[in-house]
Amino acid sequence: MAEPARARPKPTPETQHFWDGTAAGELRLQRCDACANVYFPPRPFCPSCASRKVSIFKASGKGTLYSYVINHRPAAPGFTPPYAIAVVELEEGPRMMSNIVDCPQTPEALELDMKLEVAFEKLDDKITLPLFRPAKG
Amino acid sequence: MRRNAVAVVGAAETTELGVIPNMSQIQLHADAALNAIADAGLKLSDIDGIATAVETPQQIAHYLGIKPTWVDGTSVGGCSFMLHVRHAAAAIEAGLCKTVLITHAESGKSMIGKLPRSTPPDSLNGQFESPFGVYGPPSMFPIPVLRYMKTHGITHEQIAMVAVVQREWAAKNPRATMKAPITVEDVLNSKMIAYPFRILQCCLVTDGGGALILTSADRAKDFPNKPVYILGTGESVETPMVSQMETFDSSRAFRTAGPLAFKEAGIAHKDVDHLMIYDAFAHLPLYGLGDLGFMPHEETGKFIADGNTRPGGKLPLNTNGGGLSYMHSGMYGMYALQESVRQMRGIAPAQVKDAKISVCHGVGGMFAASGTIIFTNEK
Repeated sequence: MAEPARARPKPTPETQHFWDGTAAGELRLQRCDACANVYFPPRPFCPSCASRKVSIFKASGKGTLYSYVINHRPAAPGFTPPYAIAVVELEEGPRMMSNIVDCPQTPEALELDMKLEVAFEKLDDKITLPLFRPAKG
Repeated sequence: MRRNAVAVVGAAETTELGVIPNMSQIQLHADAALNAIADAGLKLSDIDGIATAVETPQQIAHYLGIKPTWVDGTSVGGCSFMLHVRHAAAAIEAGLCKTVLITHAESGKSMIGKLPRSTPPDSLNGQFESPFGVYGPPSMFPIPVLRYMKTHGITHEQIAMVAVVQREWAAKNPRATMKAPITVEDVLNSKMIAYPFRILQCCLVTDGGGALILTSADRAKDFPNKPVYILGTGESVETPMVSQMETFDSSRAFRTAGPLAFKEAGIAHKDVDHLMIYDAFAHLPLYGLGDLGFMPHEETGKFIADGNTRPGGKLPLNTNGGGLSYMHSGMYGMYALQESVRQMRGIAPAQVKDAKISVCHGVGGMFAASGTIIFTNEK
């Protein structure tokens, strides 16, 4: 029997651009054309001023570690504990949940505010997840 | 809302609490409801309003044989019952109904007749949180705490003291699930669940239920037990995604609901004799003390570690033992309300002497929702 897989996101019309972006190696955010608010998760209007005039842009992929837990039990399908579930603060402002790769999953290695950069992990032909790793240099 | 216009005239929990393998979830609702109706000296036919969460009002009304003219199915997690109290008080004041029954029950441990919880993969949570390994509240609720600790200078030992102090309260309560004393070392050496939280900083998983009956204060003196008046109320929601909270330094839903209730009640913090803050996990009392305005967040850890909330302390907090030691079926808000009512009636196992004002603060769906009810036994 195959190993249980991690939960796979299913895009909707409003989020498809985000998942198309990760598949293409880009982290895409949205910015309001009226008030310049940058927001996440995706939606076709600005949650700050309600304008429907919004643009999609490629984010830098840089961020910092805002907070996390190191999950021991129960573990989600497709994960081997202990593993960190992190919230990354992106350079552009919004925060997103992710995992930290290329880094020991320990309190010593995972320092709050450490610099991170996006690392894309392909799940299948349609879905690529935005994960993060410690920034180089 | 007008102060003290509506009163709790019936309150009860399920006959048993803890592990109840011989009852389904809907029967736990009924057991609590029948106990509350008996406590109020009423008949089922006297109930004309019903509120419940997870189960629908129609399920509970039909099962109990109630014919309501007012229903509320607000289901925002464990604090749903605080919101029901607020909504019921407004409805009674508006004349929409006279006597409201609020029920909660959960077969959280035995899982008999429990509705499945699921996160659809095309929901926002399903797309932007589930793929990163969140799996139930222990992996989600503590995500903000490391940031809270760093911002406010809170230590692991101070948060461990939340569990230690609540166990002191639980030791006084015959119905508490866990009564044996624990130390900070016990907490910090207990099984790791989701760093930084260990099992003694996570709520219990038990079966049980509770029910409340509310009516107008004008009628309240006609009931067999001491009425408990609703002095102030507040509610709010923020986000179902813990990653999308405005900040981890504080809870916006708490900061909205709590001060609303204090303003409505017209009281100051020094007037509070008894306090309940829903403690699904050990950091919540710290968030609550700060966001409800009792003190700056920087002082919350020290306040608890110094013993101010323990038996004999100046601000008795979570006097039933809380979700950490009393019971936690999954939606604990009802049990916090029950303890506030017991304290105001003067019948709590760990009774706070001469307590006249009780603040009961709930949280739901991680930090998604919040409700605050302020009770008094003086009209």
